[in-house]
Amino acid sequence: MRYLPLTDTDRADMLAKIGAASIDDLFVDVPAVAQLDGPIRDLPMHASEMAVERHMKKLAAKNMVAGEVPFFLGAGAYRHHVPASVDTIIQRGEFLTAYTPYQPEIAQGTLQVLFEFQTQVARLYGCAVANASLYDGSTACWEAVAMATRVTKRKRAVLSGALHPHYAQVVKTMAHFTGDDIADAQPAIQTEPDHEGLIARIDDETACVVVQYPDILGRISDLTPVAEAAHAKGALLVVVNTEPVALGAIRSPGEMGADIVVGEGQSLGVGLQFGGPYLGLFAVRDPKHVRQMPGRLCGETVDAEGKRGFVLTLSTREQHIRREKATSNICTNSGLCALAFSVHMTLLGEKGLRELAAENHRLACLAADRLTKIPGVKLLNDAFFNEFTLMLDGRPAREVVRDLASRGVLGGVSLGRLYPGVEALQQALLVAVTETTTEDDIEEFAAKLEVLVKEAA
Amino acid sequence: MNAPNKSGWKPEMVVSEDGMHNGPATTTGNRALMLEEPLLFEIGHPETTGVDLPELDPSAPNRLGGLARNDAIGLVGLTEPETVRHYTRLSRQNYGIDLGFFPLGSCTMKHNPRLNEKMARLPGFADIHPMAPQQSVQGALEVIHQLGEWLCKLTGMPAVAMSPKAGAHGELCGILAIRAAHEARGDAREVVLVPESAHGTNPATAAFANYRVEDIPATPEGRVDVAALKARLGPDVAAVMITNPNTCGLFEKDFREIADAVHAAGGYVYCDGANFNAIVGRVRPGDLGVDAMHINLHKTFSTPHGGGGPGSGPVVLSEALAPFAPLPFVRKSEIGEFELVEEESREETRGQTFGRMTAFHGQMGMFTRALTYMLSHGADGLKQVAEDAVLNANYILRSLEDVLHAPFAASGPCMHEALFGDKDFAEGLTTLDLAKGLIDEGYHPMTVYFPLVVHGAMLVEPTETESKATIDQFITAMRSLAERARAGDQTLKEAPYYAPRRRLDETAAARKPKLAYEADRNA
Repeated sequence: MRYLPLTDTDRADMLAKIGAASIDDLFVDVPAVAQLDGPIRDLPMHASEMAVERHMKKLAAKNMVAGEVPFFLGAGAYRHHVPASVDTIIQRGEFLTAYTPYQPEIAQGTLQVLFEFQTQVARLYGCAVANASLYDGSTACWEAVAMATRVTKRKRAVLSGALHPHYAQVVKTMAHFTGDDIADAQPAIQTEPDHEGLIARIDDETACVVVQYPDILGRISDLTPVAEAAHAKGALLVVVNTEPVALGAIRSPGEMGADIVVGEGQSLGVGLQFGGPYLGLFAVRDPKHVRQMPGRLCGETVDAEGKRGFVLTLSTREQHIRREKATSNICTNSGLCALAFSVHMTLLGEKGLRELAAENHRLACLAADRLTKIPGVKLLNDAFFNEFTLMLDGRPAREVVRDLASRGVLGGVSLGRLYPGVEALQQALLVAVTETTTEDDIEEFAAKLEVLVKEAA
Repeated sequence: MNAPNKSGWKPEMVVSEDGMHNGPATTTGNRALMLEEPLLFEIGHPETTGVDLPELDPSAPNRLGGLARNDAIGLVGLTEPETVRHYTRLSRQNYGIDLGFFPLGSCTMKHNPRLNEKMARLPGFADIHPMAPQQSVQGALEVIHQLGEWLCKLTGMPAVAMSPKAGAHGELCGILAIRAAHEARGDAREVVLVPESAHGTNPATAAFANYRVEDIPATPEGRVDVAALKARLGPDVAAVMITNPNTCGLFEKDFREIADAVHAAGGYVYCDGANFNAIVGRVRPGDLGVDAMHINLHKTFSTPHGGGGPGSGPVVLSEALAPFAPLPFVRKSEIGEFELVEEESREETRGQTFGRMTAFHGQMGMFTRALTYMLSHGADGLKQVAEDAVLNANYILRSLEDVLHAPFAASGPCMHEALFGDKDFAEGLTTLDLAKGLIDEGYHPMTVYFPLVVHGAMLVEPTETESKATIDQFITAMRSLAERARAGDQTLKEAPYYAPRRRLDETAAARKPKLAYEADRNA
């Protein structure tokens, strides 16, 4: 077996040293009822590299690859071009095969990357401090709500109707068990988010208001009035961003008064990967909130010779110190995804990120104009970054998406799939465009969509 | 004065009275092949970029609703060659399993086959969207289904939840399923019992799910005190969380008896499966009475740790807890099609799912790696994995017990990790000093100060992918360090001498946290 270096002679020598007659002697503490007499039945025996590769390739071939067809899906996961050097760097064994930097003297590579990553995320979000990543955007969203309840000592969170419904579900699942009170709503089909409705739900019991920016329908709007209304009632504003590239073009949440900014970092460096692993981003605008933040933090310090170095810090908030007093049970972060994000961001720089964002927006405007030329297709939002909502006459968008796929186009996410019970949203199609979209892709999508919409009419 | 290294050769390094290296200073901070690397923000520039994109066109139409970001974001860029060099230099300040032996107990650092990486990067897995129409991602759904079947068969459990994104997230999944099961029968319970020999995440998880946590002591042999546990069981106890094999490196031999007692009292048994690699293919936890157990794919099934993550923590569930599993999950239809069940209202969820834990379907990239690893090993190989891991750990235990305090050496064989303490060290020397000395010998230190039940704990986990020659060399280094610590060699207090950094001031870092680069902003 190619990964196991011990020979039978080694095994015999080692058992002799231990004073055991056979390997079974080392399993004497396992009760007989749980001892198996041989390899588990119903599972195959070991296989060669070539055979395993054949099996996995066969499974991979059953999937329609995003990069090989016109592709317009978003809703919290975006297809961007990842420069080749990103994957080369994350595959370096010293990054790939290292553990959590518990011994900082020999983990300065990972630690410096995390420090640089924290700085990049904080600046992108317009915040003072970011942590060293969480699992993904949706779990980061729950952690933000949990943190807001700790900071304000209140138990009620008001969710915007236009928060990604999966994020809202994660928050509600967790809150059910922690006893926090979650108020949420469905998104209204209108050109702008309903800030007045949201503000009206903030009261003296509210720990935080959670808004998404750009929101699940792709809409963007000024959040300053929501921030002011929340602060006036002693509540925090949590802003969720699922497309970090957008922040190369539009104002940062921190600048608009967000207290906690969380989001999904998948767009930069990480890739689609059918939903994971992704990268949870988490930042706070006010440095005094740092000690209430969940997850890992990397801090600067000096070594015994006075040289600058980095360590994980403030871990008294974490599971391995105070056990039942821990404010979070987080043990793993998304270190390697954070590295990929950071390398991609370094390659872009300020100039590249702004240009990337502009190119995304340019192509999205182009697509919106082209698609709304189709009779029976209307654009919902006036303002958007790289994702917008189309309203289709006739058939449910869910069926249209299915039929488009069988014609070789991955044409957006139907809101009916995200909101199965909500009648008003069944005709809505969420379309995302990135720099990987070509004008030919847009044309092919439009031609095939037109046929399907016409069939329905 | 100088530390002997493993060959007995004494380096010609001179340590000055203040503990600093003597010798000529460099103007760059570089020392031959050991390279210093400035921070990105000290070498990058806002106008520099390593990608070619269309130049900004200020006159281009925009529909940003008047929200264009006009101020400087504060990011800097490097060209592609500068980027590659920056990160390559940083990588050289890291220790990873590819560089050498990494005996971090309870964390399981084993060889990461590059085949796994190659398979995860097949475009058919890497370049598919989580919300793609289901008929276009049948192969991906099949991977999730196949991996789930492997996990069920290896554990002897009937059901699995695949979406938890890490071990601790899996613990939360199991505990939430337990809470949901109690709620479904109208039986609110408030207490979770956690033995001292359990992982630190266990009590944190239970507390996070709003349970009151009570400790159960360990016996002098390093196992759960069964009598104390049974005495505490009652109608207020929702669950017991046990790590098995436990963090003392021992198998909880009374597990079945404990499980029966917990079940009789109306509670559930959560097993922390982080140490599953000690028994995989040889023992099925389902046969021991487990109700829920997470499996760290990044430990047992060798997906790389990446400097702290990502992980993946699927949870196997008993019949009693299966109906409460989170959404979404994959089911196979009678005609062999795979379907992702995402909606709470669906019949298949039996209306009892506790909800959604994460936006999409879990760590697909980890699933392909883990399935690749399982197929490579097969049922026979996985059994051999457990046996070799246990053999290597016992070999280390027996080879060092005469020079290092081994509190549970008489409790029977250890499983995949050996536990030592610093009781026999000379005055003033601690486990931390030995660990830092080990760095100078070219090894990553073992886990230190965990578990808490042993003074100055050192938890050594060799895993099955280490050769006898590597382990013998490590034993030689450990014996030398243990002897120096017992003899009071104070030079250990200054170790490491040869790492990219000497000991770092962690207290200063916490007292006045500096968590982002600011120098350019203050200028």
